[in-house]
Amino acid sequence: MNPENYLYLATILFAIGSVGVLVRRNAIVVFMCVELMLNASNLAFVSFARLNGNIDGQIVAFFVMVVAAAEVVIGLAIIVTIFRTRRSASVDDPNLLKL
Amino acid sequence: MNDFPALTTLGVLPFVGALVVAALPRGRELLAKQITLAVTLVMLALTVAMAFAFEPNAAEPFQFVEKTPWIEQFGISYAVGVDGIALVLIALAVSLAPVVILAGWNDADDNEQHRPQTYFALLLALLGCIVYVFAATDLFLFYVAFEVMLLPVYFLIGMFGRGQRTYAAVKFLLYSLFGGLLLLAALIGLYVISVQELGTGTFDWTLLAGMPIDPDTQKILFAGFFFAFAIKAPMVPLHTWLPDAAASATPATSTLLVGVLDKVATFAMLRLVIPIFPDASEWAAPFVVTLAVISIIYGALVAIGQTDMYRLIAYTSVSHFGFIILGIFAFTEIGGSGSVVYMVAHGLSTAALFIVAGFLVKRRGSSLIPSFGGVQRVAPILAGFFLFGGLASLAMPGMASFVGELTVLIGSYQRWPMAAAIAVIGIVLSSLYVLLMYQRVATGPATENVKGMRDVSPRELVAFAPIIALTIAVGVFPKPVFDVVNPAIERTYSFLHVEPVEPDVPVTDGEGTK
Amino acid sequence: MTSAAAVRWSEGGGQLIAQATGVFSLTWLLIALPLCGAAVLLLGGRRTNSFGPALATLLVGSSFVLGFVLFVQMLGQSAEERAFDQSLFTWAPIGDFSVDVGFQLDPLSMAFVLLITFVGGLVHVYSLGYMADDPDKRRFFAYLNLFVASMLLLVLASSYVLVYVGWEGVGLASYLLIGFWNAKPEYATAANKAFVMNRVGDIGMSLAIMLMVTTFGTTAFSGVFAGASEAGSGVLLALGLLLLLAATGKSAQMPLQAWLGDAMAGPTPVSALIHAATMVTAGVYLIVRSNPIFDLSDGARLAVVLVGVLTLLFGAFVGTAKDDIKKALAASTMSQIGYMVLAAGLGPAGYAFAILHLMTHGFFKAGLFLGAGSVIHGMDGEVNMRRYGALRKVMPITFITFGAGYLAIIGIPPFAGFFSKDKIIEAALADSIWVGIAAILGAGITAFYMSRVMFMTFFGEKRWAKGTHPHESPGSMTIPMVLLAIGSVVLGAVLVIGGRFVGWLEPVVGSAEEHELAIPLFAITAIIVAVSLVGVAIAYAMYLRNPVPLEAPTGSVMTRAARQDFYQDAINESLFMRPGQYLTRFLVFFDNRVIDGFVNGSAALIGGGSARLRRWQTGFVRSYALFMLAGAVLVVGALVLVRL
Repeated sequence: MNPENYLYLATILFAIGSVGVLVRRNAIVVFMCVELMLNASNLAFVSFARLNGNIDGQIVAFFVMVVAAAEVVIGLAIIVTIFRTRRSASVDDPNLLKL
Repeated sequence: MNDFPALTTLGVLPFVGALVVAALPRGRELLAKQITLAVTLVMLALTVAMAFAFEPNAAEPFQFVEKTPWIEQFGISYAVGVDGIALVLIALAVSLAPVVILAGWNDADDNEQHRPQTYFALLLALLGCIVYVFAATDLFLFYVAFEVMLLPVYFLIGMFGRGQRTYAAVKFLLYSLFGGLLLLAALIGLYVISVQELGTGTFDWTLLAGMPIDPDTQKILFAGFFFAFAIKAPMVPLHTWLPDAAASATPATSTLLVGVLDKVATFAMLRLVIPIFPDASEWAAPFVVTLAVISIIYGALVAIGQTDMYRLIAYTSVSHFGFIILGIFAFTEIGGSGSVVYMVAHGLSTAALFIVAGFLVKRRGSSLIPSFGGVQRVAPILAGFFLFGGLASLAMPGMASFVGELTVLIGSYQRWPMAAAIAVIGIVLSSLYVLLMYQRVATGPATENVKGMRDVSPRELVAFAPIIALTIAVGVFPKPVFDVVNPAIERTYSFLHVEPVEPDVPVTDGEGTK
Repeated sequence: MTSAAAVRWSEGGGQLIAQATGVFSLTWLLIALPLCGAAVLLLGGRRTNSFGPALATLLVGSSFVLGFVLFVQMLGQSAEERAFDQSLFTWAPIGDFSVDVGFQLDPLSMAFVLLITFVGGLVHVYSLGYMADDPDKRRFFAYLNLFVASMLLLVLASSYVLVYVGWEGVGLASYLLIGFWNAKPEYATAANKAFVMNRVGDIGMSLAIMLMVTTFGTTAFSGVFAGASEAGSGVLLALGLLLLLAATGKSAQMPLQAWLGDAMAGPTPVSALIHAATMVTAGVYLIVRSNPIFDLSDGARLAVVLVGVLTLLFGAFVGTAKDDIKKALAASTMSQIGYMVLAAGLGPAGYAFAILHLMTHGFFKAGLFLGAGSVIHGMDGEVNMRRYGALRKVMPITFITFGAGYLAIIGIPPFAGFFSKDKIIEAALADSIWVGIAAILGAGITAFYMSRVMFMTFFGEKRWAKGTHPHESPGSMTIPMVLLAIGSVVLGAVLVIGGRFVGWLEPVVGSAEEHELAIPLFAITAIIVAVSLVGVAIAYAMYLRNPVPLEAPTGSVMTRAARQDFYQDAINESLFMRPGQYLTRFLVFFDNRVIDGFVNGSAALIGGGSARLRRWQTGFVRSYALFMLAGAVLVVGALVLVRL
């Protein structure tokens, strides 16, 4: 099978993920979309590793997974905290970043 | 010269004092004041000792030199040393310090948010920066001190000022930072050129002064330096931060700010601008002299129209700085030496005016001239001090400012007759702003406003007496100051290529030129 | 400086200036004594209240004694060896330029020293009585001492810079004394006016000093005068005019005359000493001292003569209309100094006569002022002559002494003024018939207005305000008046007969050849006296034959103009003060709105711009994400494009 097809799949997954991040309000869904984007990039890395015939891409993919795991821990904790205090998981409600 | 690091001691001592004073707990305010006063007195003693050890006619440019590598990669070193000009200005700063501290003994007591300890610590820190600015012979060290100096002033105005103090403090800081930024840019440019010219980059004055620089580049770098110092000096039209700062600051801060700190600019014109950019200085001189004359007349006229004492004094300083810069850019020894004496005289006269105005404002609670009237009836000595300060400001003979003003005018007339002739009008305007203010504040029948006003207290008397003594001493016998300053001025102008000014009809028989 | 290295300057002969030795090395003490008095009284504060005035008087007296000793010593020297130079210390050495604090004692300054210390001493004594009840008299005496010291410095200085120091010093003392009673706002204004107008004159002095340094490299008399003959005519003319400007300020000559009338706000002894006898004559001193410059510039001398003539007529006209006795005398002072300036402008022919008139005027005018002070004292501070009258009975000593001064000023032989004024008019006639006629006319008017003062004050019927009980003044006041009156009577004859004074001054100012006149001298004298008598007669007809109304009649256009000093204040106000005020107001506005407006405006612009930019920061996480994505796409797109 042509490895380029994996790249196309990764692109499509990344696009779906980014659209999800941009249009969905629910923090959990946004979070899942971020994970989707990360995994899309992982897929691309692995495919490139296969295409180039070395394991650099696979190693980076492991790093990304570790970062993603850490992110899930922190991110979910934040989301839960926000949900507890504001009774909402919408990402538009906490716009306190603005002055 | 012995190996005692006199200048480092003089520069570090106030910082140590500042730390000690700042660390004192609440309730030890008196001790804080006493320590501050003691530190300044020790510094004064040290400066006096240095003045006696100083050899005016030594061959090397600087004395009490200390040099240690600091950031070697960029040719930066901790290098200090003084010439006659720097010595005189350090002496001015150190003499005024105990005076303003004593005069403003209780100025920070009424502040609800901040402790007097902070106030006096900041004053000491400012003093340390001032010493370093005058003593630095490494341009980078100069720049650091020049910029760090802003912070104590910023906090002194912002925390311990009155009226629109936040506005004034921010305005002061922004103006100064803007100038400092240009100075930094020009300084980096100078460093790059030093790499090209000397092989290794350096910030050492002794290597940079007289370094050949392409005239066009000189003009650009000159502009950067001059702009920074024109803000600091301050020259019209870059002066509007000064009245606001002076109106908001305590008298002690104003005195150090206007009387000493702003002299950094005129000092740097002599120390840095002329020796490093001689061609550009000559090229820009007509323009600078024009601005200086405008400052003289404009500052005096606007001073006449002020209703706030502090603002009025600030505008008189704009006028006086015009005289100083006129003298510097006359490129004659008389003008140059005169301008240094004028710096000292202006420090003293401004101190006198700010301090007496501070006494008055403390009693009355307002700095507006119309809120006084007839002070002479209730507080004759205080009114006498006020008049003394005024007379010192309008250059009465027998006082230091007369020596400075006359020599500046003579020196600038030799090079720029028209400019000097216009600047002379300043002597009429100065009598107007001083006497009108004195008339409104002190003469006439005692008004309700000043009824029951106390005359000077012993502390105030002790604080003011040294100013009177110094003003008259320098006015009557300025020779020691000239002796110290003349060789440094001669060295400064030796970088220029201007023709020395010779009398048209030199008196030949020698005996006549007395 | 040794006599071998003496400097020869004046064209007609020269002056040897020797190093001061022996008793002449005490010259500095002349100044130091009163200066020390001023310092003790000012710094000593209330502790010196009890003995201060006496100490001040004593110190000025000692100065006079010392001056007299020096004078006697100087008489012992031959005429060419009467100049001494004393250098105390170097004041401001810069390169080749240097100013020394040094004194020059020669016949000219000697004459002034005697005048200043003698009249000054008498005025001190007089003030002991006049100011006896003033709570602030210590300060008054301190200022008087300061004045005497500054005035002596002015006339003893050996360089123009030092003259300038004394020049400003007397200006300061004058300011302090005019405003001595500055609880009255208008008195404080008068003091300010005097100081500021003097400063306008000082512009001339400053510029002259600058020009001297630029031209000669020095401001010492010896150097400047030695080089004067080599300087260009333009420089000499400029120097002459600048010195004249300085002189007009200090000596209340046109166009800077307006301050003198208001200066009468000061206590009367001050008016006598400063604004009649000494300080206001400093301008004449300056011109005469600078004779080597004026000798070489006809243009400058012409300007001096013009100023003198204009002022002598101006002052005389103003004097005819004043009802305030002190202002009438002030106008007279202005006019008399006009005579001196006129004489000084005549060159070597007139210098000596200018100083001669200055000396006699110092005596009789000080006497007149002290007399006026005595009258004011007796009339409880009333200065309006329309409220006087018939005082000769109640104040006999004042009347007689004032009368002596009166006869002296109108030039009745053999009183002092006759000799000195006569000489000036003769010299003026020899120079130009028109100047001479103006001077004679001035003499007539002088006789008129002084007679008016005399008649309104001492003759006629009583016009006193209710409750006024005039009385003769105490001895401390009358004795100085008597001494000055004696001077007014004899001084002219003593100085003129035998040409003593002219000969005395000759080493300094040179001498002129005998002037030829179309009419014999005695005829001129007769004409002058006759014109003066006509003036007296008119005054007799107007103010003695007819009763003096209590309210001043409206009078003719001329009278009203003269009463207003020919609108000098209105002119100064509309030409300088108002435009100056508008300019100041405009500049304050300009500074606050335009310059600071620009500064605050740029701050507001940056602040406002930031506020707009901030709107982009919505706080919505998803819009940030969108921006990030867009940015990433842009970067990638750019990379791809570049690759292509």
